[in-house]
Amino acid sequence: MGVSPPAALAPAPGSWELTVRSLRCWIVVYRRTWRSSIWSSFLGPLLYLGAMGFGLGSLVDSHGTAALGGVSYLRFLAPAILAIQAMQTAVGESTYPVFGSVKWNKIYIAAQASPLRPADIYRGHLLFNTLRIAMNSAVFLIVMAAFGAARSPEVVLGLPAATLLGLAFAAPIGAWAVTVKEGSSFNYVFRFGMMPLMLFSATFFPLSRLPGWLLPVAYATPLWQGVALCRGLSLGTLTASAAAIHVGYLAALSALGIWAGGRTYRRRLYV
Amino acid sequence: MLRRVPEVLVRARGLTKRFGAFTAVDGIDFDLFRGEAFGFLGPNGAGKSSTMRMIGCVSPPTSGELTILGGDPVRDGVAIRGRLGVVPQEDTLDIELTVRENLLVYGRYFGLPRKLIAERADQLLEFVQLTDRADSKVDPLSGGMKRRLVIARSLVNDPDILILDEPTTGLDPQARHVVWDRLYRLKQRGVTLILTTHYMDEAEQLCDRLVVMDRARIAAAGTPRELIEAYSSPEVLELRFAPEVHEAAAEKIKDLGTERIEATADRIMLYVDDGDEALERVRGTGLEPLASFVRRSTLEDVFLRLTGRRLID
Repeated sequence: MGVSPPAALAPAPGSWELTVRSLRCWIVVYRRTWRSSIWSSFLGPLLYLGAMGFGLGSLVDSHGTAALGGVSYLRFLAPAILAIQAMQTAVGESTYPVFGSVKWNKIYIAAQASPLRPADIYRGHLLFNTLRIAMNSAVFLIVMAAFGAARSPEVVLGLPAATLLGLAFAAPIGAWAVTVKEGSSFNYVFRFGMMPLMLFSATFFPLSRLPGWLLPVAYATPLWQGVALCRGLSLGTLTASAAAIHVGYLAALSALGIWAGGRTYRRRLYV
Repeated sequence: MLRRVPEVLVRARGLTKRFGAFTAVDGIDFDLFRGEAFGFLGPNGAGKSSTMRMIGCVSPPTSGELTILGGDPVRDGVAIRGRLGVVPQEDTLDIELTVRENLLVYGRYFGLPRKLIAERADQLLEFVQLTDRADSKVDPLSGGMKRRLVIARSLVNDPDILILDEPTTGLDPQARHVVWDRLYRLKQRGVTLILTTHYMDEAEQLCDRLVVMDRARIAAAGTPRELIEAYSSPEVLELRFAPEVHEAAAEKIKDLGTERIEATADRIMLYVDDGDEALERVRGTGLEPLASFVRRSTLEDVFLRLTGRRLID
């Protein structure tokens, strides 16, 4: 019996096209569910800024601000909250949502049957998370400016800076989260990762208050790099060399995460 | 007269999938032709789903040859998946979206224009009888409705091959019949179906050709009729005896020299050419069953003969 081959396969679309297709799905879902994320996205950071920046700030400022570099506590704190918020959004969006896309609503499993490859699924979700980080950061920056919590016009560069910081968290954490078997593993990240970073990365007080031996540890953390970058921009004190180090560090961490994500997603989805 | 040359859509030779030391699929061969409904029948764990995943280009074969739509599943996965429709064993619907949105989002994965997806979504919802639920959330839908929605979604890219992994498992009888009816219509329209099932009636109703898989291998292949002819007898005589004489009766009937007999806990089955004649022979030995029943052989008889009665979970 003679057999004929089927019509030739069409050429495959490129990686970017496939990544955007994956991103679109998340945008549709977000349009449906954004209301429930308003609290954590926008109001939480604003409450921090109000309570700590103005409330605690009035107390700190009355004792002198030399240790803060001569700026008001509000101006010292605001860029740190910008950075913290970027980190929190990144971690929040790249833990349970990634895990759930395999285990619960199975968005990845559905997408996997389409032309999208695991790496496209990963990058599309990461791109969505990056947009969310940028969005939250933009809103916070507007409020910062409105309250006079920024000193330099360079603060507008806080948007790409905070977004890069978020990406540096979201890329590797998402790459890891897809491999996790139990969602409870994320509690370790929240408690033992995010919490100490949030408290000890020159966020609420300058690093000069930490014991000397802890300084190298603080410098090595991505949040400190991000805080230093955002604060430098907000206060207009950032040197080019410091900017290069911070941006280089965060970009390298992001790149490492993106490289790993392509592999972990593939291993998890293509069994 | 010109005979249409059948188009081979999937070709597998020595196809093998191993997970570490465990062999899920052990060197199977098959061809899938355009327009046919091809079934993989087998108990749980026989390797059906692993085979479907390899055809779906989401599980690279360990060894052997696999060609799908003329392409290689690893190298051409993107292009091949663009022309497949997949109904997975478990529903993978987004419960935060509406019925219609599920189709719209999915169509975008295939890079289809928005307008085309919208048109197809309406047609497909009509086809799976969910038009009146188009704007409701997915969560409150019944199991049968969700399954139909998954089927509609799998058709959004107008696939060359529709892959269904246990399409009606877990559905109630009414819902199963609705799904079968829809799949039958797809078949009539010329859609190529490839499906796995462990329901004999499903295989008998839908499949033009099927293979029986057992322990990672293909145990038999053919049309349902061919399989019945090759692996069972035209008729089956089922007998029931009182529990206290059941075993003794089974022993006695074995001595009759009928082609094949099988005794389960409550029934004795004789695989024969003529059921009534066999019943007379049984009665001739002085045995009087509580109940007797002559029926035609079904795929179930083939299946149980090939895969045994052992319980697999």
